[in-house]
Amino acid sequence: MSYEIVNRPHQQNFIDWSADKPEVVVLTADLTNSCEVGRWRDTYPERFFSMGMAEQNMLGVAAGLAREGFEPWLHTFAVFLYRRPLDQLQMSIAYPSLKVRLVGFLPGIMTPGGVTHQAIEDFAVMRAIPNMTILEVGDATEAESVIDVAHAVDGPVYIRQLRGEVSRLFPKDEPLVFNHARVLSEGEEITLITSGIMTEEALRAMPLIKQKGVLVKHLHVSTIKPFNDPQVVAAVTSASKGVITMENHSIIGGIGSAVAEIMAEHGAAVPLRRIGINDTYAHGASQKHLMEELGLNAQSLVAAVEGLIGRNLHIAAEDLAAARVADVHSAAKAEAL
Amino acid sequence: MTKTQRASDQWLAEVAKGIRQRVLGHSLKNNGGYMSQACSAAELLSCMYGGLIDLPEVPEPLLPRPFAGTPGIAGKNRETGIEFHGGRKPDRDRLISSPAHYALVIYAAMIESGRLHEDALNDFNKDGSTVEMIGAEHSPGFETTTGSLAQAISQASGIAIARKIRKETGNTWVFMSDGEFQEGQTWEALQAASFHNLGNLKVIVDVNQGQCDGPMDQVMSIEPLASKIEAFGWEVVRVDGHDTDAIFDAGKTVTDKPLMILCYTDPVRGLPIMQSRFPTLHYLRFTSETEKATYAAAYQEMSK
Repeated sequence: MSYEIVNRPHQQNFIDWSADKPEVVVLTADLTNSCEVGRWRDTYPERFFSMGMAEQNMLGVAAGLAREGFEPWLHTFAVFLYRRPLDQLQMSIAYPSLKVRLVGFLPGIMTPGGVTHQAIEDFAVMRAIPNMTILEVGDATEAESVIDVAHAVDGPVYIRQLRGEVSRLFPKDEPLVFNHARVLSEGEEITLITSGIMTEEALRAMPLIKQKGVLVKHLHVSTIKPFNDPQVVAAVTSASKGVITMENHSIIGGIGSAVAEIMAEHGAAVPLRRIGINDTYAHGASQKHLMEELGLNAQSLVAAVEGLIGRNLHIAAEDLAAARVADVHSAAKAEAL
Repeated sequence: MTKTQRASDQWLAEVAKGIRQRVLGHSLKNNGGYMSQACSAAELLSCMYGGLIDLPEVPEPLLPRPFAGTPGIAGKNRETGIEFHGGRKPDRDRLISSPAHYALVIYAAMIESGRLHEDALNDFNKDGSTVEMIGAEHSPGFETTTGSLAQAISQASGIAIARKIRKETGNTWVFMSDGEFQEGQTWEALQAASFHNLGNLKVIVDVNQGQCDGPMDQVMSIEPLASKIEAFGWEVVRVDGHDTDAIFDAGKTVTDKPLMILCYTDPVRGLPIMQSRFPTLHYLRFTSETEKATYAAAYQEMSK
């Protein structure tokens, strides 16, 4: 399986998109180039505000701008948008339900920056905040189209955004649609719900699993809150053998929990297997290493399927070939932390 | 009629007296209230609502709305208490009140200055009312929800930036309490406001040197406050917070920097019997009928 690799899908796209939207302003906290808005700053200097390493104040300033009719787009690493400034996020932005866009980069274990940089419980925290909308992009097409979806929400939006080299899994003309999952395969035995970078990982294993005759309905979700897409509800309440969730997040409070809530509310009587970070912190290491160490990978998916159907699929690790082979040689450099 | 030019000395004195009297009367009726804040801030609030801040007029004292519900997505229940401050006018000032615990005192100041109907206090701390004990953005005269302190100055900075982008000539003011200078966010906001040259941002502080646990120099000292704020790039004026001339003079300070007016105040000014409760001044609750009678007598004296 190989996909086109898009270099910095957010960078120029966001500049072009902002051209006819004078209400859009950008605030950053010392991670401007790292969040692909350095050129945006140079293009629109009069509506770019460097707030320094001071996220609590940045969130408050954004609230004030939003109250005056501007639409602030905060760009920093995902973890810095909610962990330190949680009170400001809640009282200054979420309670008044202001149009502030929190664009969080390097979610979960995508950063080698270690525990301080790893947003592994952001869904759990954000899902519990009233008025919050949560989006997560899974490929370059979604990284490009998520800004339209967020822009249309009259309330605060948190986005798990991708940067640098990003695979294009979905056709460019099939943008992210609010609260509408993508159906990647059909099947009645098992429902698989994936989001973010876990979708590409799942897609490594899916052809092999299907070859073995297992019937899997695979949905890719990008809207994490609200989490009431009728397609998702139907899929997680109708699988005959079980449901699997796969997320770049703690198994507590994220997509696995959201699916569990739906299943319980509907009385779905099949097992749920949550693939995610198993209630542990991570540490500084490569994404590949952490995915393997924490079991956020295709092997875990195969094992979960085997557990639910009660037989060994005899899929060898070497069959699950390298995740990604770039169609296009990328010139994207490693980004700063 | 509300004030936009400097009010007369007599008006300022009457409003200040009325604030203390109204808060004391309310505290007697309800067996408790934020009384020391009325004593410390009466003059600076009379100045704020008496022309120091160029707030748009309110034609007649307004009655508070009932609580409509919490705000939600798609603009639901987003009305704030801004109407009591005359709304948004590009060439006029705005006032964001930060210390939500001063709500009773702020309501009293707005009643005395003709912005809020005097019946409003009948709704104070009543279920279903916006006249909340800890003011929130739907409360009269409030625009932000800052019961968790030090969040207003950042939001006011955002408003000041927005007004600068739109080339509005009005200033954005923040009323703060000195305890908020213990919060890190305040200092983040101070550094950002000077970095972004927010000359249209002005802060007036009730430096009453007290907080919930007692005197600030025993809980967590913030001094030397003026020199610290100056070091953050602000223009700082330190005044006697009971001297209305000094407060108005401070407001006239010509500067391109954001302006901080530190009003040093006496938390028992106008009600000296409260000194016996020192250092527990944050909230006045009567411990006995005898004590209450003493305060009732002081109220009668004040009303003469």
